[in-house]
Amino acid sequence: MHPAYSVIVFTTFSGAGFGLMAVLGLGAVFGRIADFWAIGAVGIALAIALAGIGLLSSTFHLGHPERAWRAFSQWRSSWLSREGIAAVATLGVAGLLWLVWTFVPGPGIVIGMLGIATAILAMITVYTTGMIYQSLPTIKAWHQPIVAPIYILLALTSGTVIAHALLLALAEGQRAFGLAGMGLLAASALAKILYWNRTDAAAPIATAGSATGLGRFGTVRVLEWPHTQENFVMREMGYKVARKHSAQLRRSSLLAAFAIPFVLILISIFGNGLAALAAAFGAAISMMAGLFVERWLFFAEAKHVVTTFYGAEAA
Amino acid sequence: MTTLPATPSAKKLGLVIDLDTCVGCQACATSCKEWNTGGYSAPLSDMEPYGADPHGAWLNRIHSYDVGDGAASRTVHFPRSCLHCETPACVTVCPTGASYKRAEDGIVLVNPDTCIGCKLCSWACGYGAREYDYADGVMKKCTLCVDRIYNTHLPEEDRIPACVRACPTGARHYGDLGDPESKVSKLVAERGGYDLMPELGYKPVNKYLPPRPRRDATTAAKPAPQEQIDEPRTAIERLFAFADKVLSR
Repeated sequence: MHPAYSVIVFTTFSGAGFGLMAVLGLGAVFGRIADFWAIGAVGIALAIALAGIGLLSSTFHLGHPERAWRAFSQWRSSWLSREGIAAVATLGVAGLLWLVWTFVPGPGIVIGMLGIATAILAMITVYTTGMIYQSLPTIKAWHQPIVAPIYILLALTSGTVIAHALLLALAEGQRAFGLAGMGLLAASALAKILYWNRTDAAAPIATAGSATGLGRFGTVRVLEWPHTQENFVMREMGYKVARKHSAQLRRSSLLAAFAIPFVLILISIFGNGLAALAAAFGAAISMMAGLFVERWLFFAEAKHVVTTFYGAEAA
Repeated sequence: MTTLPATPSAKKLGLVIDLDTCVGCQACATSCKEWNTGGYSAPLSDMEPYGADPHGAWLNRIHSYDVGDGAASRTVHFPRSCLHCETPACVTVCPTGASYKRAEDGIVLVNPDTCIGCKLCSWACGYGAREYDYADGVMKKCTLCVDRIYNTHLPEEDRIPACVRACPTGARHYGDLGDPESKVSKLVAERGGYDLMPELGYKPVNKYLPPRPRRDATTAAKPAPQEQIDEPRTAIERLFAFADKVLSR
């Protein structure tokens, strides 16, 4: 599949944004962060901004962005429509959380309730994002039951790593967030390795012979394409990434998204002052860069079944 | 509304494509482009048509395959277009309701006024039937020539899809595949017509007729032995034999 930057920015940024508001929302209830005015004012605002940038970016690849509002109508059947509705609902509740946390003095039950609601809605939103991909039976690498859960896991991981940096900068810092971040980073790395092993081993949906129904007469080879240049179908769904590069990029993404942030968070927990702060923010930046590569691969490595009409032996 | 009709339509208009007789002439593809760039789907834009990398939206694509090995191999031309599936995911994934399946005849259409061009339907289709129009910003697909088949301004014989009308070898058939007594349904039953990728679960309406068994030196029946003419005896017979020889020269 063609790895469109608009969709990569959309899924990584909105994942981090919704993850961050979920973690801070839960932290307001179960942690002691509701006492810190700045966490609400800056942290929730950052989460809303990240999710907003992501959602805005997703409209850049539309042929008619001015009609995007119509996408709220088909929640009965379409995961993309459900995602749009869930995202707007989440942003609305998160906006209320920001208002209350920022302008209503003192910790209150309202912050807690809004925090829980934001967290639940944010995770529903990320789940709907994952389901857009997981629900497609035409793409083997996406039609796996672990795709949407991994979207949720990666969102929570990126949210926690960013929350850890914010807590160090704006509050007194809480070791629990750092430790949780490290645990989630390890779990995310394992989940991605599991995902790659599963998708590499999964049986193809179709072969050139089964897709055309001509396999019964022997090997099916392409004699001529219907067109001399790539058409939309091949431009959108015929993207190929060399196996050599994909192995290298998988290693890079594991390193940048999970391994380096893991070590940096460890440093930030035991270090102090500016060094700890730099390590915590370094962890967040490295993780986002790694997730970019991870998401690029999620698209670039996914092979669409229509490629079997164009000479792919199997997809 | 992108939910499918509550009750599947009894009428299932579609195409039956004969892979035995298709000669890959592209007449159906060009005829389709010509009709549809001025009809319901107008425009079917081409990008850089005279540039280095020309491409454009077409609703019908004709592949050519080399099938089988060695002396048993054969060329099969393979037209590919929307199959007007009974349970198409391209319709249900649409977030705006622009994609829909008609309850009355099962035709799958895109409303070009509400499509946002998100391209998700093209990801959901396993048959590559939907193409994005880069100039128009919306998805284009086979309409089964909905603006021909019901068009009373056209003569009766033209009220069929443009591709079917254009096919010089009669490899494309149009009709109601929901009616077991229709010509197309009988053709499918007789020739073992099949669905493309039934494993996707989309239940295509269009059917493909497989190439017939080979007829060549290895499979043909031995020709009947030639008639033997007896040696001429009488003068008349010799004269006829002479005449036969001269005239046969």
